[in-house]
Amino acid sequence: MTAPITPPASPVNRIGLTRADYDGAKTTLCPGCGHNAITGGIIQAAYEAGLEPHQVAKLSGIGCSSKTPAYFLGHSHGFNSVHGRMPSIATGVHVANKNLLLIGVSGDGDTASIGIGQFIHLVRRNVPVVYIIENNGVYGLTKGQFSATADIGSTQKSGKANSLMPIDLCALAIELGCGFVARSFSGDQKQLRPLLKAAFAHRGTAVIDVISPCVTFADHEGSTKSYAAVKQSDNPLHEIDFVPYFENLNVDYAPGTTREVLMPDGSHIYLKKLAADYDATNAGVAFDALRAARHEQKVLTGLLYIDPRTRSFDEELVLADTPLSGLSQDQVRPPKQVLDDIMHAYREGSVAAAAGGG
Amino acid sequence: MNPVINDFSIHIATVNGSGSQTANSVLLRAIFQMGIPVTGKNLFPSNIAGLPTWFTIRVSKDGYIARRRENDILVVMNPETAVEDIAAMGPGSMILVNDSIKLADLPTDRFVYRVPMTKLMEPITTDVKLRRLVVNMIYVGVLAERLGIDEAEVQAALTAQLGRKPKALALNLAAVHSGMAYAREHFDQDDHYRVARMNATAGKILIDGNTAAALGALFAGVTVVSWYPITPSSSLIEALIGFLEQHRRDPVTGKATFGVVQAEDEIAAIGMVLGAGWAGARAMTATSGPGISLMGEFAGYGYYAEIPGVIFDIQRVGPSTGLPTRTAQADLDFVANISHGDTQFPVLLPGSVGECYEFAGAAFDLAERLQTPVFVLSDLDLGMNNYMSEPFDYPEKALDRGKVLDDEALAKLPKFERYRDVDGDGIPYRTLPGTKDWKGAYFTRGSGHDEAARYTESPEAYVRVLDRLKRKYDGARELVPQPILLESPGAEIGLIAFGSSDGAVLEARDQLKAQGIATSYLRVRALPFHEGVAAFVRKHPRVYVVEQNRDGQLTDKIRLEVPERAAEVKSVLHYLGLPLDARSVTDGVLAHEKHLLAQGVTR
Repeated sequence: MTAPITPPASPVNRIGLTRADYDGAKTTLCPGCGHNAITGGIIQAAYEAGLEPHQVAKLSGIGCSSKTPAYFLGHSHGFNSVHGRMPSIATGVHVANKNLLLIGVSGDGDTASIGIGQFIHLVRRNVPVVYIIENNGVYGLTKGQFSATADIGSTQKSGKANSLMPIDLCALAIELGCGFVARSFSGDQKQLRPLLKAAFAHRGTAVIDVISPCVTFADHEGSTKSYAAVKQSDNPLHEIDFVPYFENLNVDYAPGTTREVLMPDGSHIYLKKLAADYDATNAGVAFDALRAARHEQKVLTGLLYIDPRTRSFDEELVLADTPLSGLSQDQVRPPKQVLDDIMHAYREGSVAAAAGGG
Repeated sequence: MNPVINDFSIHIATVNGSGSQTANSVLLRAIFQMGIPVTGKNLFPSNIAGLPTWFTIRVSKDGYIARRRENDILVVMNPETAVEDIAAMGPGSMILVNDSIKLADLPTDRFVYRVPMTKLMEPITTDVKLRRLVVNMIYVGVLAERLGIDEAEVQAALTAQLGRKPKALALNLAAVHSGMAYAREHFDQDDHYRVARMNATAGKILIDGNTAAALGALFAGVTVVSWYPITPSSSLIEALIGFLEQHRRDPVTGKATFGVVQAEDEIAAIGMVLGAGWAGARAMTATSGPGISLMGEFAGYGYYAEIPGVIFDIQRVGPSTGLPTRTAQADLDFVANISHGDTQFPVLLPGSVGECYEFAGAAFDLAERLQTPVFVLSDLDLGMNNYMSEPFDYPEKALDRGKVLDDEALAKLPKFERYRDVDGDGIPYRTLPGTKDWKGAYFTRGSGHDEAARYTESPEAYVRVLDRLKRKYDGARELVPQPILLESPGAEIGLIAFGSSDGAVLEARDQLKAQGIATSYLRVRALPFHEGVAAFVRKHPRVYVVEQNRDGQLTDKIRLEVPERAAEVKSVLHYLGLPLDARSVTDGVLAHEKHLLAQGVTR
């Protein structure tokens, strides 16, 4: 490994890397874009979690959000794919190399419109991807058209109001059996970072829908996803702490104030009760809360639903221990005897006739 | 009457889903086991049950495998098509009718055998459903008796298929014997067609192209397969799943050295192939017309970002849904440059089941060597019909995994640039995610990029990358399968064809030769063209390109390859959706020749 060139004073994480080792290229998004804050959150969370950059692959589709994987984890491989199709790329990468931690970044246009089919099937297969939706309700890169997550009544800069029902990607993910569904706000790093770290520890699709205001096309009065509007409507479910398996913290919460979730790798998520108690392990509770929040025009943020014991796609396929991409020729090319036996069967006719049908 | 030995076609008209497949396959195999060359073609509707379907067995002592326009023996099991099917039969032909089908009097110069099949089934089983399925074995028995197919071979063929189900075997055998006995007792006409033992099939296998391609992929070490079901490509993947489950899953632990994903559509299927190829797996998909149309955007991504992947296109009749269960060669143009912008893809064109096997393996090596999606263009005729072949050879060559830098290689390099043409062949080096050395990390994108994989809109960098991709593609001319040349000394006519047209062209050359017309024949086996293609065109005063599409797609490519000879390159086209027959090729060539003779050109 190339030794990171950093000033000696920089603090290092458990694998000896500095925060700067998780940086990427300079952003080219608008100053003040919510996406830049999420990029910062990913860098910080990856640093704190001690991710090995070479074990991470960054994936995205097309749009402002999908540009961001270039701006974090510059020492990881990245794949900026085509519009709405990051889930299929992620699925292929995962099946080829199940040891990689996949961080997928998408937007509301990329996921809720052109890519909703692939998103649904990614979740349905439970492909292990930390799937971050940078959700601003508009198409930024094509200058401000509504996306399918725009709220009813939210206006464009021109004053035109959206009248179609928004798609709630979190509710959809829960309905599809996703084992990790969260919503957050790019302006709330305190909530976003532990959510990201918990998502890194989840074996399966982890969906994090991050409301991320578009400073250029949706930060005006009348937009329900402006900074001011989201600060107003943000309704956190709980305070979140994530304690990774390698940190031996003695957490001491008063009984009845905190819910605890144990992750398969030994990490813990602590969900500290705020105004009301919320059971993040109950999908029915999550649906009711999301429905009520929509009615009250609130944005419910936090860990909406978690089931750490879902079966991930590599388990479903019962893949060999070695990643498929690392198998040697003699592991993937059966010996000559196998071909000889098959040829014998086709000589004797002891195989089923070729399939017909239309 | 003079018997016709080992040279006829049997046409069996049944109803889709009526269970005739086993019967037809037993007939085919029994004749094959007698050492006589055979081919079996299934003509079926886009339907699961109820619509008409036909199975044609061509018996040819000369080893011809193409469809014949005329049939000599007809088995009538479908009342719906009976009148039309019978009308197509000429004098002297043999017509075997299930007598529950009521027909007007048939011409007396045909040999008509009415068989009380329903009645014959009564003593064999009381199960009504079984009677309906097994009744097909009655015509097997009658045909065996009339044609002289060895009873022992029929029994062997049945045993090979049903040996593990003794009850079913006994039932089917009883029906065969019943048909034989009935024919023996009731029919003694002096009809024409007979089989006689030969020694032309010893050691050979009988297999369809899709299964052959699946075997090729298995022995090429495929690890990731994603697909969306579509006729006529599904049987390729289903065969492959069967082989993978049997030979690549640990029987003790249940762990697999492969992953098969049934995708949500063809866009996702090729997306998974590219994701897996990027991450270092040997990945493939198989599809047909509508699916290949959906793959356009991602194919262009694979071209520009330089990611390996193998895509089988088992062509069917388009445009749009077209005729889903009929055959064509009309995707060549589209696949060769499938995406927007300037794109070019290597396309392999197997012309036999043996090449379906061989090219499947070659496609993976090429895709990884050239770092690009590679297409294998087969078709329904080749993919879903049964052909004789020499057994396939075990691949002796090691897998070519292309230019991949691992940690050891990276450690020796001062720097790594993903799209730098280090070797001058247009092929850069790549690294795989998971590589420890930070030098190896790069960002893959479908947007403009420079040699170091950095985003750029620089006009110079764009042109450099595009020109390098062109050089890389041109280099593929020497790497793809070379054309096959069959020369007749002094021939002025050059025939060119590809894929499943081969059988018909070979037979047509003999037909033309019998009329005193010598032809040379070049079978193109890949795009980009080897330089031998241009040389062949230049050598022959008149060139006829035989292909199964309306617009002469290969013809156009050949004209572009040898523009100064474009006027002398003409098409012989066949696009009925039915497999190509030799007579169509011969007639097409003769029509061009007559036209020229009328203009005063000497032959």
